[in-house]
Amino acid sequence: MDEKNNEILEKYPKGSRESLIPMLQDIQEAYGYLSEQAVVEVGRYLDLPSGKIYGLATFYNQFRFKPLGQYHICFCHGTSCHVTGAEEVRKKLEKKLRISPGETTRDGKFSLELTACMGACHLSPVIRINGNYHTRVKPDEVGDIIDSCIEERED
Amino acid sequence: MENRTHIPIKKEYLVDNVLMNESVDLPADVEKMMRLLRRAKVRHPAVFVGTASSGVISGAGDTLDEIRKYLDERNIRADVVETGSAGYSSMEPVVEVQMPGKTRVAFRNVTAGKLSSVLDGIFNSIIPEEHVLGQHRDRALEIWKDVPFIDELPFFSLQKRNLLRNWGRISPLSIEEYIATGGYRSYVKTVRSYTHEEVCDIVEKSGLQGRGGGGFLTGKKWKVAHSVFADQRYLLCNADESDPGGYANRAMIESDPHRLLEGVLIAAYAIGTSRALIYIRNDYRIAIERLEHAISQAREFGLIGHNVYGSGFNIEITVRKGPGAFVCGEETAMISSLEGKRGMPRPKPPYPAVSGLFGKPTVVNNVETLSNIPAIFENGPDWFMSIGNESARGTKILVLSGIIVNQGIIEVPLGTPVKDIIYGTGEGIPDNKTFKAVQIGGPSGGFLTSENIDTPYDFSSLASEGVYMGSGGMVVLDESCCIIDTVKYFMDFIQKESCGKCIPCREGTSRMLEVYENITRRPVDANGHTTLERFKGVMQLESLAGVISDTSLCGLGQKAPNTVTSSLRHFRSDYEEHIFDRECSAGVCKELRLFQIDVNKCTGCTVCAPKCPESAIIGTRHHPFFIVEEKCTGCGICYDVCKFSAIYVK
Repeated sequence: MDEKNNEILEKYPKGSRESLIPMLQDIQEAYGYLSEQAVVEVGRYLDLPSGKIYGLATFYNQFRFKPLGQYHICFCHGTSCHVTGAEEVRKKLEKKLRISPGETTRDGKFSLELTACMGACHLSPVIRINGNYHTRVKPDEVGDIIDSCIEERED
Repeated sequence: MENRTHIPIKKEYLVDNVLMNESVDLPADVEKMMRLLRRAKVRHPAVFVGTASSGVISGAGDTLDEIRKYLDERNIRADVVETGSAGYSSMEPVVEVQMPGKTRVAFRNVTAGKLSSVLDGIFNSIIPEEHVLGQHRDRALEIWKDVPFIDELPFFSLQKRNLLRNWGRISPLSIEEYIATGGYRSYVKTVRSYTHEEVCDIVEKSGLQGRGGGGFLTGKKWKVAHSVFADQRYLLCNADESDPGGYANRAMIESDPHRLLEGVLIAAYAIGTSRALIYIRNDYRIAIERLEHAISQAREFGLIGHNVYGSGFNIEITVRKGPGAFVCGEETAMISSLEGKRGMPRPKPPYPAVSGLFGKPTVVNNVETLSNIPAIFENGPDWFMSIGNESARGTKILVLSGIIVNQGIIEVPLGTPVKDIIYGTGEGIPDNKTFKAVQIGGPSGGFLTSENIDTPYDFSSLASEGVYMGSGGMVVLDESCCIIDTVKYFMDFIQKESCGKCIPCREGTSRMLEVYENITRRPVDANGHTTLERFKGVMQLESLAGVISDTSLCGLGQKAPNTVTSSLRHFRSDYEEHIFDRECSAGVCKELRLFQIDVNKCTGCTVCAPKCPESAIIGTRHHPFFIVEEKCTGCGICYDVCKFSAIYVK
């Protein structure tokens, strides 16, 4: 394993289960996801079976086991977004990208994720692409938003 | 994260003259300095911009950059201050400007493009009318003519802003400004002159109830934890709010993090612990950043650490990021998560106050509960008792959203009728539509309709209507919303977030979701959802709800069927319409729709036929087309593309 990972591990006391979540969070922050190798390393360090670590990590929404796409599309699915038509937007997104929430397109360009509430109910429905917000999104705008990402990349 | 300010005041000055000063009023010269710090009086113009997450999503980040550019280009000496949200989300980005000697004026929807017209105006003493929101009241300053006062606007006039009083007023990044509003004085006084029991007594006397939804007396909980013999106790602040439509706690931390910290510190002292943890949702980047910044400032001021101001009280605060699970809002689940396990609840008793984190006494308090503490110590428990009604004291923060004119975060005294909140503060439903229902309390809440909308907003009155306050979400639905679809949405959320430990919650909510899925689509195939199945499912909903709420382990399961029972009680006709007529009059349940073509309007232009994914539209060019009913799935593509409005919903 590389040095970055060792540095993260050494910040935490050996063998203490309570530091498992912060440790995994730090690893994900550094690498973007939890690789199989990282999970094994953490298990060795904390003296925990890798199965237990997977069991924990899959329970929480934050952890992913595959790298994110170049465009990380976060889709808000709060109540307000729902009543103002987020469901249609979601369908359009899934259709356009041909993936479901939690997945990444095969070319690694886009990944889709659902969040419960982004805290902008007055601008619903909201989607966030790499930190840029698109507000009051209408279903027929979805195609253009995605296309503009692709064009941006080609420029 | 740096404010451009020109107010140099030393830490020692604040500590000696303000924090350590136990008298009620400060000396005149100190008070004058405090006015400067609060920017109640300014020597140079000051520009404030709200950069809480709701502001940022509305574009406040660009506005802030634009302000700095504007001032640099014109060589204007002015303070630029990042504040939190003012609560008025639909008006964001909000920019406030204070000119020397004049009251502070707030402007609405100031996106980067509109900034120069606003600043050009006010720097030349002209108020740009189309952007103005209102001016703040300050007797010592000259008022602007023909500008309304902010507290007279409908959105603000009904509110009682205790917890939100610093929102949009001071910088959440500056401990000095918080101290200037009277902050941390109660804490220093508490640790220096009160005993642990006295602090618990004061809070119990105030009648403060837990704002996380449970409504348990906070002072009582503290007493229990304090009375248990242990070598270590823990204080846990629950900032893991993650229900759809609820973002008040996040905004509280983003707008006034020191208020929460002061509450945490007093609570920690009351239960006699040296370890406090704040469990906050990992997604809340801005909130975490501001909270950590606030903690480091408080440590610098000696408010956190060893032997605080010579009182012998030691305290350490750690921020722990919640990796994302709705169930972790449950105290026992949160404790499991902090111990490095899956966030699953366990049966109570033993209550966490007796045996919690690592088996030690642990008090779990919600952000809003703790934020109430500083004001109780500042104004006394009797003051707190005087707000609210007989059954519940104090104020409550709500997130008003959905289909309503004024959206945002508000604070009202407990016991305010829901009707006043919706039609007073919220100013009713836009576009002359009719009110259908209000959904209160997120996934664990319920509906109020126009029949019982007069219900006072407090724990017991709502509960008697079968609605639970939850975290304070309030989503208004109008005629264009479908109740069945909304309930389905909540069941889908709960079913996904159920931790799976107990069967009634895990399986029961999945079955409920199935019932809703069945009645919101047309019974086309013979095996899956026949008419009888649809009918049977709804018949069983009520008994299923009873079993789930009686036998689930934690609040998530116990409250899960609330929306279902509440909708069954008030919206029988909607259910009947979906089951018997196979119709959704609101037009939301798309799979129930059947489209037809009006032969008189159809010109046979052939636009729709090739677009139909099911090839259900047939006909000859220049003659009216037809939709084959059996093939139509109700997707509505033909409806959207028709230029002659010839397609209608049957």
